[in-house]
Amino acid sequence: MKVLMFGWEFPPFKSGGLGTACYDLTKGLSRQGIDVTFVMPAAPEGANAQFVKLLGANNFSKNVKVRKISSILAPYQSFTSYAEALKQMKSRAGLKKNPNDIYGTNLYEEVYRYSIAAEEIAEEEQFDVIHVHDWMTYQAGINAKRVSGKPLVAHIHATEFDRTGGNPNQMISHMEYQGLLAADIVIANSNFTKQNVVQHYNIDPGKIEVVHWGIDPENPHYGINQKSPFDDEKVVLFLGRITIQKGPDYFIETADRVLKYLPNTKFVVAGSGDMFERMINRADELGILDRFLFTGFLKGADVHRAFQLADLYVMPSVSEPFGLVALESLKNGTPILISKQSGVSEVVNNALKTDFWDVDEMANKIVNLLKYSELLEELKENSIMEVQKFNLDEPAMKTKAAYERALTIRR
Amino acid sequence: MRKYSIFDIGKKNDYFDDEKNIEVLRKVARKCYLPANSLMLELLERNPEFKISYSLSGVFIEQCERWAPEVIESFKRLVATGRVEILSETYYHSLAYLFSKEEFKEQVMMHKRKIKEVFGYEPRIFRNTELIYNNEIANFIESMGFKGIIAEGWDPILGWRSANFVYRPKTTKSIRLLMKNYKLSDDIAFRFSNRGWEEWPLNTEKFCQWVNGYNGNGECINLFMDYETFGEHQWEDTGIFEFMRHLPGELLKHPDNNFKTPSEVIDTYEPKDEIDCHSMISWADIERDLSAWLGNRIQQSSASRLYSLEKDVKKTKDSVLIDAWRKLQTSDHFYYMCTKWFNDGDVHKYFNPYDSPYDSFINFMNVINDVVLRIKSGHGKKSSETASEVKGSEVGKAL
Repeated sequence: MKVLMFGWEFPPFKSGGLGTACYDLTKGLSRQGIDVTFVMPAAPEGANAQFVKLLGANNFSKNVKVRKISSILAPYQSFTSYAEALKQMKSRAGLKKNPNDIYGTNLYEEVYRYSIAAEEIAEEEQFDVIHVHDWMTYQAGINAKRVSGKPLVAHIHATEFDRTGGNPNQMISHMEYQGLLAADIVIANSNFTKQNVVQHYNIDPGKIEVVHWGIDPENPHYGINQKSPFDDEKVVLFLGRITIQKGPDYFIETADRVLKYLPNTKFVVAGSGDMFERMINRADELGILDRFLFTGFLKGADVHRAFQLADLYVMPSVSEPFGLVALESLKNGTPILISKQSGVSEVVNNALKTDFWDVDEMANKIVNLLKYSELLEELKENSIMEVQKFNLDEPAMKTKAAYERALTIRR
Repeated sequence: MRKYSIFDIGKKNDYFDDEKNIEVLRKVARKCYLPANSLMLELLERNPEFKISYSLSGVFIEQCERWAPEVIESFKRLVATGRVEILSETYYHSLAYLFSKEEFKEQVMMHKRKIKEVFGYEPRIFRNTELIYNNEIANFIESMGFKGIIAEGWDPILGWRSANFVYRPKTTKSIRLLMKNYKLSDDIAFRFSNRGWEEWPLNTEKFCQWVNGYNGNGECINLFMDYETFGEHQWEDTGIFEFMRHLPGELLKHPDNNFKTPSEVIDTYEPKDEIDCHSMISWADIERDLSAWLGNRIQQSSASRLYSLEKDVKKTKDSVLIDAWRKLQTSDHFYYMCTKWFNDGDVHKYFNPYDSPYDSFINFMNVINDVVLRIKSGHGKKSSETASEVKGSEVGKAL
């Protein structure tokens, strides 16, 4: 079986859950003997390079082919951040053409331009199924389906409702809806996401397959074994984009409550985002800023180091379609406290779980965990054992089954 | 127990969720205790040879007295037939023997007094919580004056012997050991409605054939099970009540069969051999050990923390506080913290009010910390004075 996949750039070039998810899925699929032509937007070194063809990229067997479309699209972009990226591109010296000649003047135009380029690729390539990842690639998928007549599988990693804390951009949610509607099969990364898709977009639940994410057990960073530099202080970690979706404000309020019981606790915040300033201001207002350490955006091995030095990872997401990062924490031997409003809470038993808004309960759990080493050890041991059940093969097999179902529907 | 957060420490001391307990008790009374008791009474009246025996914890009797007195009345009617024996156990359905023999003894005596008060009856046979047993317990129980003790008829303990005789525990003089026939007991208690079981559906004829099969190589078959088997674990629509309704009559068809209470059994039959049981056994899970209650760190540490308070709690002479401390000893609290099968998502789910073993531990430790504060305030000021003054940092230090 051959798949034409429109995905996102692999780590370590770009970080974030979507790139990792695409990388892991492609790796898993290639092990299932599926041929993948992987198309992704890539900011060019020289803007004149239209398509770069890379055959047999590193880390993959021969059945994966990577194609890049020159574009400054990136996951989690908004209209504002796209404009920012475009401005940077314009100011960059050495461009032979005015970027406006190539890139869309706004995010919407760029997505449209990308979908036209995608159409050309679809005409050139041989494949059985089209697989697209999140709204920015949905139009590309729709176009590819139109020119090829092949079935479309739309993967939904996060809805616009998740990303915006329930205040969707109308244009984006419309494009999301179009893609989900046009898809023969929708793959949701959790039951949580499936419910959101059904609730917000009224998509037929019968065509939605749930494929929970797995994790690559082979990552060498798990073995770094970073020690905490804070001798007798316990470390509670927040790691993720500092945006409304991830609940950074609830983290601060929880910290304030924990510190009343355990004043010696250190809170490490790893990540960047539009709520960064607000987070600092609130911590200052509460008089607890000195108990915080902000690392900024981390990537590669540093992410794993952050997990390893922490005693507990807290993911207070308001709406977390899956939350792969929670599994990464467990892989690094750090127990987790996750919000019940997450996909990962459906598949991990050995975790502390609360509602994202229940800061009292989060504090209740954190204080007890830091206070009683037997609780920490018990949770740690069991969760390390449990995370071994996750791998890349199971999601790949389920995805393959979804392809087969899409092919049957199309016939 | 109620949801009890760290923020409640020093502020609230109503640890037990009466509303929920009332709800569960009344539900089970309706589905099991009342219909099962009336069935047993019917069977006793119809079959003059039928006999049955009950083990009721003090906490259970107390709850029934408060919230379902009709259940107590129906048990009294059963006992009044003269063919129903009540067994001894710890008042609080606790693991006290494993932590404090003194506390254990007090609870057994409390239970004895309660049974005397309610049923005018003095138990002679002891059964420990969860059938926890070894030589030493048998010895201790003998020294307390009991005539018999019940344990799981677990094969590694029995060796080549059969569970269907009376035995003498090693290191004891006169006490008798009755061993539960777990195969036949579990056929009813666990497998009765299991459609995947090759013997399903189980009817009285088939079951009686199995029992009759022991004739000639056994003197007593001890069937021992949760009473909730009737109507709660096995719902009424599985036919469990009909099965039971026909069981005594069908068993009595065979001339070699009869019914005896545990006391009658040990008075009738001589011990066949000595049973040596050095390590602790129980009736739980495939391991038949203590791991369901004390298998992991959080279970062990919360239990030892609880029992470490014994002296100080008793010193307060505050009967409300002592009673609360004892209610925290009920084995279920530790069962909820079991992580054995949590990985497979197969929690000991039934009746478990917690989302996870960890939540259960956290709730329990918060309550213990409040008990500690109450003990401290009992020595100094009155608890009502300090309650509202407790600040987070003080509680943090107290933890």
